[in-house]
Amino acid sequence: MRSAQTRRLVWPLLVLALLVAANAVATPRFLEITVRGGRLYGSLVDILHFGTPLLLISLGMTAVIALRGIDLSVGAVVAVAGAVACTLIESAAEPDSPSAVAGAVAAALAVCALLGLWNGFLVAVLRIQPIVATLILMVAGRGAAQLITGGQITTVRSAPYREIAGGSVATVPVTVIVAAATLLLMWLLVRRTALGLLIEAIGGNAEAGRLAGIRATGLTMAAYTFCGLCAGLAGIIISANTGSADGNNAGLWIELDAILAVVIGGTLLTGGRFSIAGTVLGAIIVQTLSTTVYTMGVPPESTLVFKALVVFGVCLLQSPRFRAQVAAPFRRSGPPRPPSNTATPAPPEEDDVKPEAASIADQEPREVRP
Amino acid sequence: METTAEPAVHMSGIVKDFPGVRALDGAGLRLRPGEVHALLGENGAGKSTLIKVLTGVHRPESGEIRVAGERVEISGPLDAERRGIATVYQEVNLCPNLSVAENILLGREPRGRFGISQRRMNRRAAELAAGMDLDLDVTRALGDHSIAVQQLVSILRAVDLQARVLVLDEPTSSLDRDEVRILFDLVERLRSRGVAILFVTHFLDQVYELCQRMTVLRNGGLVGEFATAEVGQRELIGHMLGEQAGELDRLEASAGDDPPDAGAAPFLRARGLGRSGGIAPYDLDVAPGRITGLAGLLGSGRTEAVRLLFGADRPDTGGVEVDGRPVPLRTPRAPIAAGLAYCSEDRKSEGLVAELSIADNLMLAMQAARGWLRPVPAKTRAELVERYIAALRIRPAAPETPVGALSGGNQQKVLLGRWLIMQPRLLILDEPTRGIDIGAKAEVQRLVAAQSRQGTAVLFVSSELEEVLRLSHRVVVLRDRRVISELDNDGGLDTDRVLAEIAEGGGR
Repeated sequence: MRSAQTRRLVWPLLVLALLVAANAVATPRFLEITVRGGRLYGSLVDILHFGTPLLLISLGMTAVIALRGIDLSVGAVVAVAGAVACTLIESAAEPDSPSAVAGAVAAALAVCALLGLWNGFLVAVLRIQPIVATLILMVAGRGAAQLITGGQITTVRSAPYREIAGGSVATVPVTVIVAAATLLLMWLLVRRTALGLLIEAIGGNAEAGRLAGIRATGLTMAAYTFCGLCAGLAGIIISANTGSADGNNAGLWIELDAILAVVIGGTLLTGGRFSIAGTVLGAIIVQTLSTTVYTMGVPPESTLVFKALVVFGVCLLQSPRFRAQVAAPFRRSGPPRPPSNTATPAPPEEDDVKPEAASIADQEPREVRP
Repeated sequence: METTAEPAVHMSGIVKDFPGVRALDGAGLRLRPGEVHALLGENGAGKSTLIKVLTGVHRPESGEIRVAGERVEISGPLDAERRGIATVYQEVNLCPNLSVAENILLGREPRGRFGISQRRMNRRAAELAAGMDLDLDVTRALGDHSIAVQQLVSILRAVDLQARVLVLDEPTSSLDRDEVRILFDLVERLRSRGVAILFVTHFLDQVYELCQRMTVLRNGGLVGEFATAEVGQRELIGHMLGEQAGELDRLEASAGDDPPDAGAAPFLRARGLGRSGGIAPYDLDVAPGRITGLAGLLGSGRTEAVRLLFGADRPDTGGVEVDGRPVPLRTPRAPIAAGLAYCSEDRKSEGLVAELSIADNLMLAMQAARGWLRPVPAKTRAELVERYIAALRIRPAAPETPVGALSGGNQQKVLLGRWLIMQPRLLILDEPTRGIDIGAKAEVQRLVAAQSRQGTAVLFVSSELEEVLRLSHRVVVLRDRRVISELDNDGGLDTDRVLAEIAEGGGR
């Protein structure tokens, strides 16, 4: 049904396959997965495990971007989540009791949901441009996180808290389970209810949506709240992984990776149609890239350049025009035939049709846009 | 105005494919210097595509283009401009924030000692305008001027380029009568200088007024080239439609022959409804099965009046009651719940979501009314979509086609279908037939008449007075953002009477 959407996933999939293949060649045991101490280990598992925070944030970001918005504050919210959770656990009477940890995590998530709601309020009610509205929290959030931790890196030794990142259920890391559950929840929410359609309508054409009777304000606030909640979850996982809350560096620049993941997944920054599967692929690609940098021993000073080159390649692959131009010299003469559902017979081949003519035919008709 | 000169442009055997669709199949065109040539055909006949091939936006799969006898390949819009082919699009594509002079001379600014000379630029632009007898302040920002002036500015740009061929793509669809006059004078002036002008329009009267020859396309193919003087309107419509030509006759027989129960009590009452700067407070009663037309010139407040009823704009004064109960007008939601439906005149920016499918667009209002927690069940949805695609004859009929890929007429039908699915009590249609071809127009009119026979009340806004009179039981006349009178359309009403009413300004 969503064939065009599915077709767009082909290129990110190809890139992911290439990345994995390159890794498998460079690092002999890359594809190996072993069970040690009741938990899966291996590079592929690591990618999913360490990629969880990015994936969670990218999912939230997808909802926001589909509504033609953006959330720059997710990195700061990651820091706030860790700060709140760690400070509460440290000040609890029994930091090792599961109930204290659960309470702290719940409180941290509630704070993050409120922060998301605040973003949504600025965007939907006060009509501040999303990039400006969330910039406020991007700056203020890190300040708040540092205030909460008193300017120090708070460390926690609470075993149940560390289990969130280090534990496993039936050999599967808890992080991966959290990511899968969030993914499933989001998919059910947007594709099993009418939420997805309403979001795509508002994101695609806000005025048309309003005149069709859609309440955009509530939807927008809900999307930003969801994004805040996802960032909070990611913050808890990042903090549990290191056993500390670092107001300065936790989740630094993760908003950019998340936006990148969404875009690689085929959701346009101009809003409208979005692809959850695409975002998942995008997040995994970005994470695989980070892992590749380490496993291949790319010198640290050139990691950013390396990452940028791969991302550039993905973007080029997704441009139909670029693909057509690369393919043109390999094609014999003549334009691609229209699919057989057209009644008109194909014209006789003409020798004077230049290869470029074929490349243009690959593009969408221009009339689609006003 | 027969000339034997070599055609300024000769296109033949043009074939152009889009993914899954053959848009042009052997289309062609002969454009002679010093003639105004109409390019006609239904929406989807391939007019826009043919123009875009000529202006280098699309490259054809095959076919031949000759400019002044020389075979050429046009590589892009800039290349077309270099070859003397200038285009004025329906939606003006200039920069509204720049001055008129800057827009006319963009890319060819006169330079002085210190870069671009603003003074010389303004003088040059003013000379150009004066040369065409246009009274225009060239130093003001283009966006401050009306659409009509903006179109004149695009033409002036072409004049400065010394274009030998000027393509006008539906230049008059958003202009009022006087503005059309000014545009036509300018076109005539350019024609007499030997410019070849290609004129694309839906207004057949304008074709007969302005054009010497016409080329008709149908389904991407060439039907023929005709001299305007030799082919009557009825025959021309036959060429454009092919076998559907009987549609209009059938419509004329069906509309208005079935007057609804005159005694039907109004279910909707608007009292003192108004918005400053939009429309002066007005009253309106709407009864089931009645079609009420809103007549008036462009800018008379027709659109503003109906938008208030639907809550699309928030009124300052007055209110609306449905069945005696007041309806809050803060957003369209309460009016929708009360059974109102509104098809905006601007279907692209206020009606449809271009990237979503036909099915999604059709279901949007119903889904919005049900809320996100209660999705329309897949089976109901499929049935409704199938039924309305068939009933409205939406082409292509594949429910998952993105709406943005449809022709204007089919887009209008999707928008209409979205509201018909809601089974509204009052259907508000703002310019439902603007910019769509004559076949789709007849279908839309037929649907409106059919709806009213089923008891739906209709408010009908149109710039075409004939259309308003043909469909409406009652006509509300507006002028200068004020309702000036209401006239019963019981046979004695004609366009002259309504025009007189508008001219007198309601001084009865």
